[in-house]
Amino acid sequence: MVLEVDGVKLETAPWDPRFPNTNQTKYCYQSFLDYQRCKKIRGEEFDACQYYKRVSKSICPNAWIDKWNTQIEENRFPGNI
Amino acid sequence: MTWLKLSFQNSNSPLMEQLIFFHDHTIFIIIMIMSTITYMMLFIMNNKFINIKISENQMIEFIWTTTPPIILIFIAMPSLHLLYLMDEIKCPILTIKIFGHQWFWSYEYSDFSNIEFESYMMNDLNKENFRLIEVDNKTIIPFKFNIRLLISSDDVIHSWTIPSLAIKIDAIPGRMNQINLFMNRPGMYFGQCSEICGINHSFMPIQIESINLNKFIYWIKNF
Ligand SMILES: [Cu+2]
Repeated sequence: MVLEVDGVKLETAPWDPRFPNTNQTKYCYQSFLDYQRCKKIRGEEFDACQYYKRVSKSICPNAWIDKWNTQIEENRFPGNI
Repeated sequence: MTWLKLSFQNSNSPLMEQLIFFHDHTIFIIIMIMSTITYMMLFIMNNKFINIKISENQMIEFIWTTTPPIILIFIAMPSLHLLYLMDEIKCPILTIKIFGHQWFWSYEYSDFSNIEFESYMMNDLNKENFRLIEVDNKTIIPFKFNIRLLISSDDVIHSWTIPSLAIKIDAIPGRMNQINLFMNRPGMYFGQCSEICGINHSFMPIQIESINLNKFIYWIKNF
């Protein structure tokens, strides 16, 4: 559901059938990983990558994203990008 | 003191309305059982009759073993129904991330702009504020919309609770817990941390300000 009021677009990460439970930790990690993989292959400006970026931004705590970004910068991120 | 304190808070979400109905339904069944049992016990104690047909009476054995499970089904069915309804997430328009800390809550709205704030208990005693339950930065949420809440913690386990919205969900470090929030009307709604989290556990209240969508957008733009 996308709602636009006064120029602010109310849009958030949709319900994902891969993560039907209360625990959404993996939804956050998976969308962050998908964004990094997408960025590596298609570049940051690619439309589909922006989708993953938005979802990970909506679901992940800002502190986790910051932590993972520093890990990527310092080349010690444990995920397979 | 008023009678209100002995009962539930007024409900502000469809789920809480249903939970109150369920509570009343269950209490009704309990009262019926209790009064029947009390009557039977008093009756047996206060007369000298002896039931010579009590042993090997297949009929009464059958009745008093089958009726309790049937009564339990009438409690379990609506209970499970509500339990699974509470887990449901329904096309949210907004995601709010909530983090428990020792001893305050912090909130992140990062769908459009990056709004982050911390809400501490107000500690000044005056006649305008509710004691021990008001916070400095209230959580602004629009009513009549489905909102996704993601609850986590930065240190120990906390629990984010709003009784009038039927929300109680643990904030566990390293894990995001999701729950749906839907409010019927505007107003202020209060809650407190519900998992013993340390010395100031009692002093990390939750305060929600429910406002209409246009006012909410105005708040976002002017944050
Ligand atoms: Cu706490």
